[in-house]
Amino acid sequence: MKHELLIKMLESYASTVVKSRAHTIDEEERFPLETVKELGRYGLLGLPFPTKWGGVGADTKAYIDAVRILSKYCATTGVIVSAHTSLCSHPIFAFGTESQKEKYLPKLNSGQFLGAFGLTEAGAGTDASQQQTKAIDRGDYYEITGNKIFITNAGYADVYIIFAVTDQSLGLKGISAFIVEKDSDGFTVGPKEKKMGIRGSSTCELVLQKVKVPKTQLLGKVGEGFKIAMATLDGGRIGIAAQALGIAEGAFERTVEYIKKRTQFGRPISAFQYTQFMVAEMKTKIEAGRLLLYKAVSDKDEGRSYTESAAMAKLYCSRIAVEVADQCIQLLGGYGYIRDYEIERYLRDAKITEIYEGTSEVQRMVIAGKVLK
Amino acid sequence: MNIIVLVKQVPDTTAIKIDKETSTLIRVGVPNIINPDDLAAVEEALKLKERYGGKVTTITMGPPQAEAMLRELYALGVDDAYLLTDRRFAGSDTWATSRILSALIEELQFDLIIAGYQAIDGDTAQVGPQVAEFLDIPQVTHLHQIVGLDKHELVVVKQTDYELETLAVTLPALITVRREMNEPRFMNAFDLWNCFDKELHLKTFDDLKLELQHIGLAGSPTRVKKTYTRPVMTKAAKEVMEPEAAAKKIVDLLYPYMEVKNHG
Repeated sequence: MKHELLIKMLESYASTVVKSRAHTIDEEERFPLETVKELGRYGLLGLPFPTKWGGVGADTKAYIDAVRILSKYCATTGVIVSAHTSLCSHPIFAFGTESQKEKYLPKLNSGQFLGAFGLTEAGAGTDASQQQTKAIDRGDYYEITGNKIFITNAGYADVYIIFAVTDQSLGLKGISAFIVEKDSDGFTVGPKEKKMGIRGSSTCELVLQKVKVPKTQLLGKVGEGFKIAMATLDGGRIGIAAQALGIAEGAFERTVEYIKKRTQFGRPISAFQYTQFMVAEMKTKIEAGRLLLYKAVSDKDEGRSYTESAAMAKLYCSRIAVEVADQCIQLLGGYGYIRDYEIERYLRDAKITEIYEGTSEVQRMVIAGKVLK
Repeated sequence: MNIIVLVKQVPDTTAIKIDKETSTLIRVGVPNIINPDDLAAVEEALKLKERYGGKVTTITMGPPQAEAMLRELYALGVDDAYLLTDRRFAGSDTWATSRILSALIEELQFDLIIAGYQAIDGDTAQVGPQVAEFLDIPQVTHLHQIVGLDKHELVVVKQTDYELETLAVTLPALITVRREMNEPRFMNAFDLWNCFDKELHLKTFDDLKLELQHIGLAGSPTRVKKTYTRPVMTKAAKEVMEPEAAAKKIVDLLYPYMEVKNHG
């Protein structure tokens, strides 16, 4: 019942307010700060965390419904929520000390703080183990120096989970995770990247120049960074799968509306069998994606391993998001190619879901690795 | 400030479709919603609470299904809710309904009662004013705006046909508002997630100081003798012509129905 009512609330908010801003923020490449404020007020930035830390006290399913439904109308809004929740609040919740949780979760859950995650570097993309950012132990603090690229929510986030090498000789076990605040001396954010899609979202480089990070800001134990990053990305992938499924659903719903009205050869184009077959195929893909996505969600909510199901959900949902958005443009014909009709945006937005938080190739590596172990 | 809001669950009249064969309304499967004027009343109450502190309590009378509406109001931020439900209440007209609502309100603490101006299913606009009469408190109907509290008075702007009147009303009082007055907020996940766990007060005839002869059909001075659905006029004319000629034709068609008003 709660989930049904939450979906009703999400639809009523997203299909009006979020939808009305989606086109403009894409055109202007403008980060929707006003939306972020509302998301905080409505509890949508703290869904899966306990009320003890200012969260809503809901579950992964509720959080995933939020990312999915927001993304139906605006994929930029979807990724802001996903990066904040899965990549910043969640690792603090899962690996943080009591005092770290007390310090950050209430602010993150209420939207007073926005969160981000910095793992990727110029030379450490899919091979995230090749971290060049260094954290030197200076007694009571770490001194972090290095560059992170393609950081979602950068510039607007107040808290960043930053990964850095604490001991080169230990390889993967020499990487640690830190909670870094935006106002730290030596911490700067580069210019916004100009992207193909999700253009309202902020993607920037982070430059850390001898940033002093107190030891109390170490997340997890020394050397646990890589493990934390991988576990965090497992959850993040469910979020991106939800964003992708939402994109597919959004493009599909708009297109179904259109083809019932658009008349050619004296009939609505939905009366043609070729159109109907496309509709049937798209709908089937969306429902298959939904089953994979919510399988991963229930694996997580019920305490099972979700590495594999999350990878499968992301691999599949991101693929069908691209396919469905592409076919929707085709069904709208010339109108589909015009930006004001807001269908082509879905294809541009969909493409990133095959790339970030682990490319589709990485998802295949994860899935095959589980099968062949 | 303790605020009571009177709310009613109504069929969503915008979702009612017309049977083209019989020209009658199809009522089956029409979803229930909170009456729009009442939702505006809840919004005003929540805004007053945010400004002056206090508590917002909603009261409805209706079948047990009305609980769903009250739960949704919890998800908007309402603090407390009462559902008056009893088979013996069935058949009550606005007079008997107002009496039942008043019997409950008399047992509660309140500074202000806000009601919707009228319900979209009955269009009587009687319940709010009658409740004020039963409780013997002042009332201001058809508000345009709530200005705010001034000591023990509430300053409001009332809308008449051509004027806006600023009035001060001594509390406790009852006011009625219309949906045009505000944009209701969305539910929020914090309140939504525990809205089903919150206590909801169920009240029946036995809980109230009422007499059977004053409620239900027996207590209702108005009786519905007959209801019928007026055939819906769906025929529209369609004609293709030049814009200028079209404009003239439209004006000629509408002119007899237009009341020329000279005001001010």
